[in-house]
Amino acid sequence: MGELTQDQFVGFYRTMRTIRRFEQRVVELVNRNDIPGAAHEYVGEEAVATGVCHALRPDDVITSTHRGHGHILAKGGDPRRMMAELMGKSTGYNRGRGGSMHIADLELGIFGANGIVGAGAPIACGAAMAAKLKGRDGVAVSFFGDGATNQGVLLEALNLAAIWKLPVVFVCENNGYAISASIREMSPLQRLADRAPAFGMPGDSVDGMDVLAVHEGASRVVARARAGGGPSFLECLTYRFVGHFTAEKALGIKYRSDEEIEEWRQRDPLVTYPAWLRERGICDPARVDAEVEAVLEEAVAFARQSPLPAPEEALDGMYATTYPGLPARGW
Amino acid sequence: MREMRYLEAMREGLFEEMRRDPSIIVIGEDVRHSLRGLTKGIISEFGPARIYDTPISEAAFTGLATGAALAGMRPVVEYQINALLFVAFDQLVDQAQKLRYMMGGQGTIPVTYVITASGARRALAGQHSDHLYPLMLHMGMKTVMPTTVEDAKGLFKAAIREDDPVMVFSPAALLATKGPVPDGDYITPLGRARVAREGTDLTIVAVGPLVPEALAAAETLAAEGISAEVIDPRSLLPLDTGTLLGSARKTGRVVLFDDSNRTCGFAAELAALFADQAWEALRAPVRRITRADVPVPFSGPLESYVLPSRERLLDACRACRAGVRA
Ligand SMILES: Cc1ncc(C[n+]2csc(CCOP(=O)(O)OP(=O)(O)O)c2C)c(N)n1
Ligand SMILES: [Mg+2]
Repeated sequence: MGELTQDQFVGFYRTMRTIRRFEQRVVELVNRNDIPGAAHEYVGEEAVATGVCHALRPDDVITSTHRGHGHILAKGGDPRRMMAELMGKSTGYNRGRGGSMHIADLELGIFGANGIVGAGAPIACGAAMAAKLKGRDGVAVSFFGDGATNQGVLLEALNLAAIWKLPVVFVCENNGYAISASIREMSPLQRLADRAPAFGMPGDSVDGMDVLAVHEGASRVVARARAGGGPSFLECLTYRFVGHFTAEKALGIKYRSDEEIEEWRQRDPLVTYPAWLRERGICDPARVDAEVEAVLEEAVAFARQSPLPAPEEALDGMYATTYPGLPARGW
Repeated sequence: MREMRYLEAMREGLFEEMRRDPSIIVIGEDVRHSLRGLTKGIISEFGPARIYDTPISEAAFTGLATGAALAGMRPVVEYQINALLFVAFDQLVDQAQKLRYMMGGQGTIPVTYVITASGARRALAGQHSDHLYPLMLHMGMKTVMPTTVEDAKGLFKAAIREDDPVMVFSPAALLATKGPVPDGDYITPLGRARVAREGTDLTIVAVGPLVPEALAAAETLAAEGISAEVIDPRSLLPLDTGTLLGSARKTGRVVLFDDSNRTCGFAAELAALFADQAWEALRAPVRRITRADVPVPFSGPLESYVLPSRERLLDACRACRAGVRA
């Protein structure tokens, strides 16, 4: 893996800071109704997407989840087109058809966030299979939560990847909860990574609040997949500092203690990592912060200025090959 | 022209496409040994990199095909029975079918799904006898159901070349039928119905395994002095509404002969189409012969009772012609 460069250390911070501030801006915009609907914030989990995606190449593929903004930003997604999508604008990644849970950029290897828990896992396997069949050494990463580890399709996908030795990395973002359901109640295992050996693949568990630990763990399994060693399971222990989604407050539910939240907040990667950078004299995080603010300011401005799609566009683009009367008109 | 069987023609079509396009791979259960014969011999010609026996994981291998398609492959996925569509439904309709649209038109998902032996095969009961094409149509998936040997090859090849997901239903009742196949490379384009028999007094729209039944009924009706036109839509989505409506406007009477359940079935959709767009030409109410809204039962008399039959079609045609309710 080699030593990390100065630029890489700074790059990790830039990505994490971009995700954090992106999500905070999203909440403001949701609260002001500039973003319709709800969004699943990645606040607290930034080190996971950052550590993993910085271990990937541009031609590698990821599939993401309902909580996807972090993955997409870390894989190089354009904050302007993301913000525009969140506002339902025609310049958005999905031209306003997807919104928060569905952002995709095939050119960047982002095979979509996904609104169905676990659904991205077999799609990542397919991308990995295609890379293998074309004789390329591309790798696919499937991101999913602790809750998704109880979805049948995900377990099926683990097995498929294992029997065909597909270059896939299954990244489990164990933030302890699936909405209100604690993983402690939904699995008897202390470590979800312990499921992996039963599928015939290595399972590793890393500190998901430490971007360097995630990056190191991810680099190891990505290299293994790239070299033809087959799939791996990487559990990243993390925590979401906020509700399941922006609408949680209005639900008035309480399933975890304030102390627990506070404990995890002590390990906030957006506090610990910049402190470490400063200490080591690697960079002045404040400079990166200013750059990030400018990028996000521009993204919000771009999204605001962008037009909404024309209503009739709703019928475009369903099929690559179109036929008269498809989709049916005059409904 | 050569005579061959329906399934052989499909197989020939698949092999021709695989020779033409190296991005085609085949995925499914027992496809190397090929229970029905669609993929027999594939491994010796194309090698193991192009054909994959899967674990019994329909959701996962359906999703795998989607991912592979987005990454440039052209998978052909075989399901052993209709019921597996239920098992894979999220990956089929919520992922494969919706993703291109939901991604704002990015990418293509050229996957062909084939159910080799669809519909009731007799004495297999409720979980092995469904014919689920209305579900696919409802979710906007392109869907074809070839009924002639020529179309078995031509529509399958067209489906494989299509840049969208396409579901191919190959009715069990027709797999062993024989018929002529044109020489050389050809496809049957999607979106064109076939007039299986011309007539002037009434129009029968028959689906899949019911087409030969409808043709036999038309023969009986001819002897009674009723000239029935039989239309085989063959491409259910896109649907050739022009040919269907043209026939209805010509005959003024329509009987729908559909192998799906009654409620929200394909015939219900067609009835609405005729009511909307051929109302002025209709001289009798549109009639539907369908399956009953129960799971297909096992025992012979029960099974025959709930499946659409030639006898019920004949009654409906006679009543329609006479202008009285059956
Ligand atoms: C198959 C499925 N079941 C239920 C839901 C509703 N739902 C959305 S997110 C979620 C929790 C997911 O938990 P986890 O996988 O741990 O991800 P996290 O939200 O913690 O990131 C649920 C139940 C869904 N979208 N898909
Ligand atoms: Mg979770």
